[in-house]
Amino acid sequence: MSLQVALFFFFGIGAIASAIGTITRRNPVAAAVNLIVHFFMLAGLYLTLQAQFLAILQILVYAGAIMVLVVFVIMLLNLGNEEALREQFTLRKVLGAAIAAIFMLQLGVLFNATPSQRYLSPKAATLGTAESIGQALFTTYLFPFEAISLLLLAALVGAIILAKRKVE
Amino acid sequence: MNLQSIPFEWYLILAAVLFTIGAVGVVTRRNAIIVFMAIEMMLNSVNLVFISAAQFLGDINGQLFVLFVMAVAAGEAAVGLAIVLALFRNKRTVYVDEVNVLKW
Repeated sequence: MSLQVALFFFFGIGAIASAIGTITRRNPVAAAVNLIVHFFMLAGLYLTLQAQFLAILQILVYAGAIMVLVVFVIMLLNLGNEEALREQFTLRKVLGAAIAAIFMLQLGVLFNATPSQRYLSPKAATLGTAESIGQALFTTYLFPFEAISLLLLAALVGAIILAKRKVE
Repeated sequence: MNLQSIPFEWYLILAAVLFTIGAVGVVTRRNAIIVFMAIEMMLNSVNLVFISAAQFLGDINGQLFVLFVMAVAAGEAAVGLAIVLALFRNKRTVYVDEVNVLKW
């Protein structure tokens, strides 16, 4: 087994295991830690695809910024365990899981039907660098780039207005 | 030189599995914060599809899309968590099935 395949299986199985951990933990903090592991595993998968810039960005934005926000909110809410609350909607849960499994089967069939490609494109190593992404971002994607900055500003203002206490 | 020997479909099927786990999390959990984390997981599985498509087909556009998805996810995280905070302040709960003021 070559190193590439071994790394793919390590990161892939790690990602699936930590994803299952995230949605099954009772304690929200344990779920958050599992999700951080999940993001690191995905960053490793991006590296196996030779997308270095996005792998670093994944760690900075998701494991850094977003998860700090989530952990802060968990701390502010000071939640207990879910165990104390009664469990209900079991039929709904079973149905939801069954429909999700059917959906996954459909996706698998669809993806298997795509023409097989065993190797990365020869251009892949140059595509993943900050240079080529920056080049495309500030030429072809200049308008979406500016639009996304406006979106972030709107989200910033909206989050502050939603979260601040009422001042009388 | 091509070092890679992992087929395209493996990445796509891995992404499908991760998306499904995220979807199951959204449907089955009651804690709004964990529902929120499962949504982030689904966004990430789509990112994996975008990046693998970009690298296997040799087209930069997929990676740019991932960049924009990340920016939208960051905005969504800020607004979503602010909504959870406001909800907790007004209703003293973060369990999604206990919030039913819009339901007749």
